[in-house]
Amino acid sequence: MTDQDKTQINITHLARLARLAIPASSHASTAEDLDNIIAMIDAMQSVDTEGVEPLSHPLDSKQLLRADVVSESVSREAFQNNAPKTEDGYYLVPRVVD
Amino acid sequence: MSAGLEAGEYTSVELTNAHLDDIEQRNAESNCFITIAREHALAQAKAADAQRAKGDTTPLTGIPIAHKDIFCTEGLLTTCGSKMLSNFHAPYNSTMVERLNAAGIVTVGKTNMDEFAMGSSNENSFFGAVTNPWDRTRVPGGSSGGSAAAVADGLVACATGTDTGGSIRQPAAFCGITGLKPTYGRISRYGMIAFASSLDQAGPMTRTAEDAGLMLSYMSGFDPRDSTSANREDEWLRAIAHNGIPKLDRPLTIGLPKEYFADLANAQVIEAAQAELAKNGHTFKEVSLPHTQAAIPTYYVLASAEASTNLSRYDGVRYGHRCENPTSLQDLYERSRSEGFGEEVKRRILTGTYTLSVGYFDAYYIKAQKIRRLISEDFNKVFEEVDLLMTPTSPTPAFALNEHAKDPVAMYQQDLYTVPTSLAGLPALSMPCGFVDNLPVGLQLIGPAFREDTILSVAAQFQQITDWHQRHPGEKA
Amino acid sequence: MNWESVIGLEIHVQLATNSKIFSGASTSYGAEPNAQACAVDLGLPGVLPVLNERAIEMAIKFGLAIGAKINLHSVFDRKNYFYPDLPKGYQISQFETPIVGEGSIVIALEDGEERTVGITRAHLEEDAGKSIHDLFPEQTGIDLNRTGTPLLEIVSEPDIRTSKQASAYFRQMHTLVRYLQICDGNLAEGSMRCDANVSVRPYGQEEFGERTEIKNINSFRFVERAIDYEIGRQIDVLESGGIIERETRLFDPDKDETRSMRSKEFSEDYRYFPDPDLLPLTFSQDLVDKIALTLPELPDAKRLRYIEALGLSEYDARGLSSDLDRSEYFELVVNACNNAKQATNWIMGDLSAYLNRNNLDISASPVSAAQLAALIARLDDQTLSSKTAKALFDGLWNKADANQDVDALIEEMNLAQVSDDGELTGIIEKLINDNPSQFAELRSGKEKMLGFFVGQVMKLTQGKANPQQVNEIIKAKL
Repeated sequence: MTDQDKTQINITHLARLARLAIPASSHASTAEDLDNIIAMIDAMQSVDTEGVEPLSHPLDSKQLLRADVVSESVSREAFQNNAPKTEDGYYLVPRVVD
Repeated sequence: MSAGLEAGEYTSVELTNAHLDDIEQRNAESNCFITIAREHALAQAKAADAQRAKGDTTPLTGIPIAHKDIFCTEGLLTTCGSKMLSNFHAPYNSTMVERLNAAGIVTVGKTNMDEFAMGSSNENSFFGAVTNPWDRTRVPGGSSGGSAAAVADGLVACATGTDTGGSIRQPAAFCGITGLKPTYGRISRYGMIAFASSLDQAGPMTRTAEDAGLMLSYMSGFDPRDSTSANREDEWLRAIAHNGIPKLDRPLTIGLPKEYFADLANAQVIEAAQAELAKNGHTFKEVSLPHTQAAIPTYYVLASAEASTNLSRYDGVRYGHRCENPTSLQDLYERSRSEGFGEEVKRRILTGTYTLSVGYFDAYYIKAQKIRRLISEDFNKVFEEVDLLMTPTSPTPAFALNEHAKDPVAMYQQDLYTVPTSLAGLPALSMPCGFVDNLPVGLQLIGPAFREDTILSVAAQFQQITDWHQRHPGEKA
Repeated sequence: MNWESVIGLEIHVQLATNSKIFSGASTSYGAEPNAQACAVDLGLPGVLPVLNERAIEMAIKFGLAIGAKINLHSVFDRKNYFYPDLPKGYQISQFETPIVGEGSIVIALEDGEERTVGITRAHLEEDAGKSIHDLFPEQTGIDLNRTGTPLLEIVSEPDIRTSKQASAYFRQMHTLVRYLQICDGNLAEGSMRCDANVSVRPYGQEEFGERTEIKNINSFRFVERAIDYEIGRQIDVLESGGIIERETRLFDPDKDETRSMRSKEFSEDYRYFPDPDLLPLTFSQDLVDKIALTLPELPDAKRLRYIEALGLSEYDARGLSSDLDRSEYFELVVNACNNAKQATNWIMGDLSAYLNRNNLDISASPVSAAQLAALIARLDDQTLSSKTAKALFDGLWNKADANQDVDALIEEMNLAQVSDDGELTGIIEKLINDNPSQFAELRSGKEKMLGFFVGQVMKLTQGKANPQQVNEIIKAKL
């Protein structure tokens, strides 16, 4: 594959969007992987979809609604047993600076 | 088994203990269990025996089963085959688990799977690959490979699985068991860890169609916690517990979609199965599903897009893997996620992130949704002329471990015959119909939406006149 | 150069539902951290959203009130970004198809001028949690109680030209959502917050300048101050030859300035797409029509009615109608005493002063509407003088008992005017006898002395004499 054949996938940007750490050393192989997948996916571009409505759910049905009642009980202890780091009921993350 | 419990030949505690002993002894060989839940199972078995003493039973009371480790189970680890959730204890049961518990079932363990259900070989598990009971050098299929292997190995009679693009049917085919992917919305998705929300569907994996029907009747039902749950009452489904699978009142017209029969390694086996079904008076008709070839790319666009955002919640903050000593929020996110997810999961997150990005959204996601409609309409059209479709489940029998590990795109092609039904949300079943090179071959039956009854009836009929589903690894064909 | 500013507001209104928009957890304010975040709010594995029907009804109600098109078919999308107070890594919102389409609202400015502000759209979404930066060393604490609280985001057209108009618009929206009872309107608790999009352009220029967005302003005053600062900053930048960069800024009320918020090195791409866990939201025109029947009289209609039917001034009518509780109190008083003028004076005057002094809302007034109406009735029938009426009001305020009978308190406080002719005549005759020279002066035409006698009568009766009656008796003695 020549450079011209490759799609312009910006792995740095993509990894940042997905919050994945991809070391610079594997950017090339990751890009190649994605290129192959995108090439496979691009096969669908040949299908004529003129005038076709997108289908987001297999069975075209409509949204259910629930009554506005408090139905969930919250056990903070049970939930926070799974948490890597909590204090005084808060989940903790490294200080966020805006 | 249910009959033995009913007749008092053994108690559920005895039965459960025997299963647990067997699993503990043989799990090393197949690696089909991530968690073996002795204590939990025995408590349930004891409760089931108490229910039986009170005369308050269902056909599932006291029966040991296994759940794919994608279903949240209170009191047990729920890993989804991932390092990310290798320490996650769900504080709730999935609705489906809750329903089976209410029926008195005993959960002996949680089965291995491709990480976050992404895979067709069960090699993408943080807990290691599962081997195929028919040939330990081969894969059991995926992603519900642990459940399929556990049933094939005789470790449990029934297991649960999930199917997004074939994850029940393909491993059922590879392991020579019966697996049913019901209509989308038939079984609640609440508490079932999401891969691709508009495609994911739970279903039973069993030895026989009768058992699959019985399991389905207890797993299914409307759930107000799932907006995509189907709100319907099917008389035949509720009646299965008493009457079994409904009998057909007429021979059917079964369609053979020509797109599914190109270059088949197992063509002879499928032809023989067709001949068996013809003995029951069914007639066959060649039909066409013209958009079949576009199904794989369409599926990978939609499934990866949905997965990429479904998996954003795994950020190391509230649960799940968190990296050591994060130096900043970004570091916490990036390292926790990179350490917690395996290669295939990361690949699909990146794919989905890419196709949803500004500038690509219409070309990929919207385009795929349009093709999804075309594929769905293909099926609607053929179901105007036929009652069911019959196809092979998979282009080949079980492939060797590591065979496709280096080539994800080749692996994706494995799902060619199962993915279109998933996109259309239709019910489909795979059952064993013969062997090629001593490996089981799966036959797929596809029905119109919510017509699992037709599929199950034909499968049960087939299983009355054949014994492929009775074959055990070790006896070999 | 003369500059014109162009402003558009995005107002986030927390809808006053009992439970969250997609889960059955409570929305009440002030719980222990994370004690009100259920499995769905926390985004635990496998959980799913189910839409709250009340949030839909409230959104429709709002749409009807601003004369907007209600979209019978709308879709919920995922807005993808990572932040620790956003548990799922995406916010469920409405992107391409909001439930409420275009509408408008009329705002009144201080100079009495009116201005119509177009509403582009209003859509439903879920609120995020809160990040607490100053509680733990080196760490940010995350409280997810607010996560999933239903929000209606109301997006205005860039129709606003001054900071004063912006705050008037924000206030008008506040009045409206309180009228509709879809929001408690509590700004201090964050029930209404707004983002302001601000740009400037030379007067007469057609196209807009580049804009900045000031995030999360939660008071009427701050809207004005933040926008004023930002307009000034932008003009400074442009006049010194710089360019405005599109960015998000934060208003710091302590320093009275806005500052750039997020680092610019990375542009977030929200990757909106329809949430596959939810189906399209579809409802019938019937539902909309049914909700239309429940719409209350809106502030503008109420104001006009006060002017036309009750004869109030524009100023009073606006003051009374701008707050739902105040207008309800007013109407109760008027219905009971049938004196709109007095009711207005008391509510806008003494009652407001007392409430302000004690930092109370009118809904918590210690003097009930029925009591105020009874007080006004006793003024009308001259049992009370304006002075004793004030004393009575103070008495009622201090009793703070809605069951207190007003007439009983008049008696208890001995506040009724003395209007018994005999009693007053006796007092006056005694005064004349005791002050013959002053009476002679009065007789000789010194009108000033009338005041002396009336004053003395009032003093002796502790202000309870009817002054008019006293006048008449004295004049008769001349």
